[in-house]
Amino acid sequence: MSLNLEQNNLNTNNTEAPVVSAEISHEHTLYAEQIGQIGNFPVTNSLLNSWLVLLVVVIFGVIVSRKIKLVPRGLQNGLEIIFESFLDMFDSVTNSRKRSLKFAPLVLTFFFFILLNNWLGILPGIGSIGQIVSEDGHQAFVPFFRGGTADLNTTLALAIIGVVASHILGVIATGWWYYFNKFINLKALLEIPKKVIKEPTILLVNPIKVFVGLIEIIGEAAKVASLSFRLFGNIFAGEVLLASMAAILAWGIPIPFMFLEIIVGLIQALIFAMLILTYLTINTTKEEH
Amino acid sequence: MLAKALAIGIGAIGPGLGIGLIGAKAMEAIGRNPEAVGKILVPMLLIAAFAEAIAIYALVIAFSIK
Repeated sequence: MSLNLEQNNLNTNNTEAPVVSAEISHEHTLYAEQIGQIGNFPVTNSLLNSWLVLLVVVIFGVIVSRKIKLVPRGLQNGLEIIFESFLDMFDSVTNSRKRSLKFAPLVLTFFFFILLNNWLGILPGIGSIGQIVSEDGHQAFVPFFRGGTADLNTTLALAIIGVVASHILGVIATGWWYYFNKFINLKALLEIPKKVIKEPTILLVNPIKVFVGLIEIIGEAAKVASLSFRLFGNIFAGEVLLASMAAILAWGIPIPFMFLEIIVGLIQALIFAMLILTYLTINTTKEEH
Repeated sequence: MLAKALAIGIGAIGPGLGIGLIGAKAMEAIGRNPEAVGKILVPMLLIAAFAEAIAIYALVIAFSIK
């Protein structure tokens, strides 16, 4: 049942039956609906959710960091356990505790932001409290809140931030010339006249190396697309699934699917974070010959 | 309508097979060495999510077809 906080002028023959609404459409749209504006900037319902998550994370961080003791107790203890297990997991990818500590702030930020966004979309009240607006002649129900990562804009932004950060850190760690040659392999081209007398096969091999470098550029775009679509698809499909299950029988059937959504939210956040860590690690290592 | 159904239907064959294979090999590895469950579980879940992502791409297309 949806709580209508604002009613525009409805028709007199408004048949709002409890299970199926003939006049008001409750579809789950792919894009997030706009519910307000700040100046010229449209504010959508998933943006509101992201701001809510931001508020939660900032308040939690400020509260916990006020009283940090050398011998931890209580909440700080729990957080340290979580932190240690994360660092161990990161070590299995980066193979060095020093690098895990350097990358941990960025990667853990991704993890907690995505995790809280995913989980906030399951809370009751998100997606069901809204208003009825009339668009194109028929009335549609627009919720005030919607899962933050169920919007392609959010996940695309996160993926772009992650991949661009890995490139920037790669340039900082290995230098311009080495990093540039990963994609446009000028070094291989310049080596041909130098070594062609000693090893004639280099005439065949190095152009192939140049070509492979160019294809890597397309690979970077594929990374952004796959990261964003994986997260968006999982969370959005979960929302649609929950809505469909609730439409079948709202008492009891959604419970196992709620559990599934909780687990999926956790796993997807973990995968996003681990993938960003993997890209960071690969881009910042110089390959030893 | 048919396009939506075909998109997700055919698109889920590959990932379904993929996840089944991953699970099968993981079960085999656990059977050989039951103590290694902890080490095998996390990579298996990770790889299964990668395979599932392909099915999710198909699902997104199915959603966006009118």
